[in-house]
Amino acid sequence: MIDSIKSFMGWFFVTGDPMIYGADASIALASIGIVAVLTYFKKWKWLWEEWLTSVDHKKIGIMYIIAALLMLFRGGVDALMMRTQLTLPNMHFLDAEHYNQVFTTHGTIMIIFVAMPFIFGLMNIAVPLQIGARDVAYPFLNALSFWLFFVGAMLFNLSFVIGGSPDAGWSSYAPYAGAEMNPGVGQNYYLLGVQISGIGSLATGINFLVTILKMRAPGMTLFKMPMFTWSILITSVIVVFAFPAFTVALALMTIDRLFGAHFFTIAAGGSPMLWANLFWFWGHPEVYIVLLPVFGIFSEVIATFAHKTLFGYAVMVWSMVAISLLSFITWLHHFFTMGNTAPVNAFFSISTMLIAIPTGVKIFNWLFTLNKGRIQFTTPMLWALAFIPNFTIGGVTGVMLAMAPADYQYHNSYFLVAHFHSTLIAGTVFGIFCGLHYWWPKMFGYLLDETKGKWSFWIFMISFNICFMPMYFLGLMGMTRRMYTYPAGLGWTPINVVMTIGAFGMGAGFILMAYNIIWSAMHGKKDATGDPWNGRTLEWATASPAAEYNFARIPHVSERDPFIAAKEGRKSGNAASVQRYAPIHMPNNTGIPVIMALLMFVAGFGCVFEWYWMAIPGAIGVIACMIARSFVYNDHYYISVEEIKRTESATGRLS
Amino acid sequence: MTNATLSLHEKDQSKMPLEYTTEEGDLRIFGFWIFLAAELVLFGTLFGTYLVLQSHTAGGPTAKDLFEIGPVMAETIILLMSSFTCGLSTIELRRHNKKGLIGWMSVTILLGLVFIGLEANEFYTYAVHEGAPLSRSAFLSGFFVLLGTHGAHVSLGIVWIIGILLQLGKRGITPVTARKAFMAGLYWHFLDVVWIFIFTAVYLTGLVI
Ligand code: HEM
Ligand SMILES: [Cu+2]
Repeated sequence: MIDSIKSFMGWFFVTGDPMIYGADASIALASIGIVAVLTYFKKWKWLWEEWLTSVDHKKIGIMYIIAALLMLFRGGVDALMMRTQLTLPNMHFLDAEHYNQVFTTHGTIMIIFVAMPFIFGLMNIAVPLQIGARDVAYPFLNALSFWLFFVGAMLFNLSFVIGGSPDAGWSSYAPYAGAEMNPGVGQNYYLLGVQISGIGSLATGINFLVTILKMRAPGMTLFKMPMFTWSILITSVIVVFAFPAFTVALALMTIDRLFGAHFFTIAAGGSPMLWANLFWFWGHPEVYIVLLPVFGIFSEVIATFAHKTLFGYAVMVWSMVAISLLSFITWLHHFFTMGNTAPVNAFFSISTMLIAIPTGVKIFNWLFTLNKGRIQFTTPMLWALAFIPNFTIGGVTGVMLAMAPADYQYHNSYFLVAHFHSTLIAGTVFGIFCGLHYWWPKMFGYLLDETKGKWSFWIFMISFNICFMPMYFLGLMGMTRRMYTYPAGLGWTPINVVMTIGAFGMGAGFILMAYNIIWSAMHGKKDATGDPWNGRTLEWATASPAAEYNFARIPHVSERDPFIAAKEGRKSGNAASVQRYAPIHMPNNTGIPVIMALLMFVAGFGCVFEWYWMAIPGAIGVIACMIARSFVYNDHYYISVEEIKRTESATGRLS
Repeated sequence: MTNATLSLHEKDQSKMPLEYTTEEGDLRIFGFWIFLAAELVLFGTLFGTYLVLQSHTAGGPTAKDLFEIGPVMAETIILLMSSFTCGLSTIELRRHNKKGLIGWMSVTILLGLVFIGLEANEFYTYAVHEGAPLSRSAFLSGFFVLLGTHGAHVSLGIVWIIGILLQLGKRGITPVTARKAFMAGLYWHFLDVVWIFIFTAVYLTGLVI
């Protein structure tokens, strides 16, 4: 009995590595710490009532961002472990198997659990405010999306200490990711964790598509929308059309592994290439899902701090539309070398290069917006300005990779790794940091410290270049991706040393940013007006943080940048002053989304271990939650006029 | 609950179907259409997968060996009939006839149950009697998962509609229950359209080629 328990524990928990025991200990300590603090300060009820059951888009946005920052920390630690291992030839910090796991979790976490949720967080905060709405179209679904993402991320991360991590890369190519070559639970964690959060993403896409199309303030036609809102509208369309394909791909591989089907196996007629196609049919649009929103953020920030209207508004919109359409017909550039005919490669080569045109147009529009502007170098603006050249390098090397014959040289080398980090870091990460600093006062009512913010920017940005600029040359010198070590004497060592220094510099920049967040929480400058940056769009017309109902009266819009217009005394952006306050209809808080997501976690965990006694009740519980929700009719309440007046006068907005 | 305070864009509500009269109803129905678009991509991917793998029988039974036109026709006719009765239920909804609505919806899900029974029987025959379970070949994996996904949708639809019937029974036809009944109808017709494609792309081509 004791022995069988022991052997179960030895298999269930990942054992044998001091780093893992360290992780076990820190997870246990952190959990105990959180429980202790919440209990000591009697905060459980507060946590449940104010956050876990909240359907307020502003709070959901904050929860997304907190979770994404934690995941960024984990993904960053993975990155530093890899860089440590590769600093010098023949190092033994990580062994081959461990290295495989670390690059897999790093890639998956960074894309699925950092980039996407961070963007979802920012759009939750800003979009309803920008369009003058009181919430998103489906607040309940919004909360559910968040919790599905959250439990998906937790499930994925659990693999580190229970059962073992996936190791087939973030792209999980078949047949290596199949049951035969990759037994054990690691790959199941990938499939289930990503699937669960993906369902949430799809729901978010639908939610914001409807919100933006249907809930804009009166007068705000599509071509009067702020550029960030436009970018989210287009991104939502991509989400709706790309994610179902990924849902299917993940499900098919799960069925392969759990029930012995043959979609992607070599045996019994399966087709490993089918996986590559399905994965990238989602995967390429996915990179625009994490890129277009930051284009939107940069458009807002550059216009605000150049104190000019955005140059070429309509062209900006149409180039995003063009990018979104093209993004669906380029997926094959990820496997030019995997046996396609020349005409097929030619087609995808050209379609990929075409994307450079609308993207280039956008770059020039940002430059023209800056031209003759009164540029104010705030922290968000620094991130936006740094984005332009750094991202352009990523774009140009992308066109190099798009040339199919040349790609036979670059493919899966460090040149590629450098390319996608140039776009993902100088694009997505700079963008989410930019948005974080820009909208922070709107979220919390105080500003992040500018001096510390600028220091963290410079450290991170310079280190980024120290790490990734030499990486292109390393790739051209022949070092391939996903190799866990390399021999001495190839001339690779100096570059690897420099890259590791850069990587740790980025870590330092991030730590400084985290310190800035904590410092500013205590000493940050209050944002009393709600408009710390002299903003142009409607989110700055509200108090910081905005009242629960966002707008006491729905504003009327008659031109772009309505808040600037209002400040300059034109009519747009002001609520018609004749309009009286009226009671506001708000959705009730509800515990169903958290509970449903937890049951989803149970079902997912059961599937990972093929414990159907656990998975089936979990799935039934999820369906029971849906039924329970369908029977809830009493799902809203009204905020009275007196309360609105009280809230408005507290921020000096009563009129 | 009226939508007097909720509605921003006043509309002439007397001419509209009940389910569209509230802002919330309008939003949800619109979102449901988008959800169906996503479902279309989902089924499209499954169809693509099936068509790619159709000929990968790995020496096992082929489509021609397995499929029989009889049961397939029965399934098809029953599902089409259920779509028709579902349409009748929407007409009754427009007439605000609660009894007729509940009646036709009940017929619809009964037909749905018969469909599911027939399909389960077909699956059972293939997997157990004909030695063709999903693990036999890539073709069969594609077949079972495409049809199984459709069948799971129909089953979930049945559970959903039962819930709506209970609410209709208790609350009558209100803007909220009308919206739910209308959306369930959209869903049901959508699944029927998917079945038409299954009938053509899976069974007809399978029997002919
Ligand atoms: C501190 C910053 C970062 C550093 C130092 C870093 C470093 C690395 C390294 C060393 C690899 C593995 C290369 C290999 O062995 O093939 C890698 C892979 C990868 N990284 Fe990063 N990275 C960073 C940030 C990011 C961010 C922010 C993202 C995405 C938003 C990202 C996405 C990826 C992806 C998708 C892979 C591929 C994983 C795979 O091969 O399956 N990285 N990164
Ligand atoms: Cu791509």
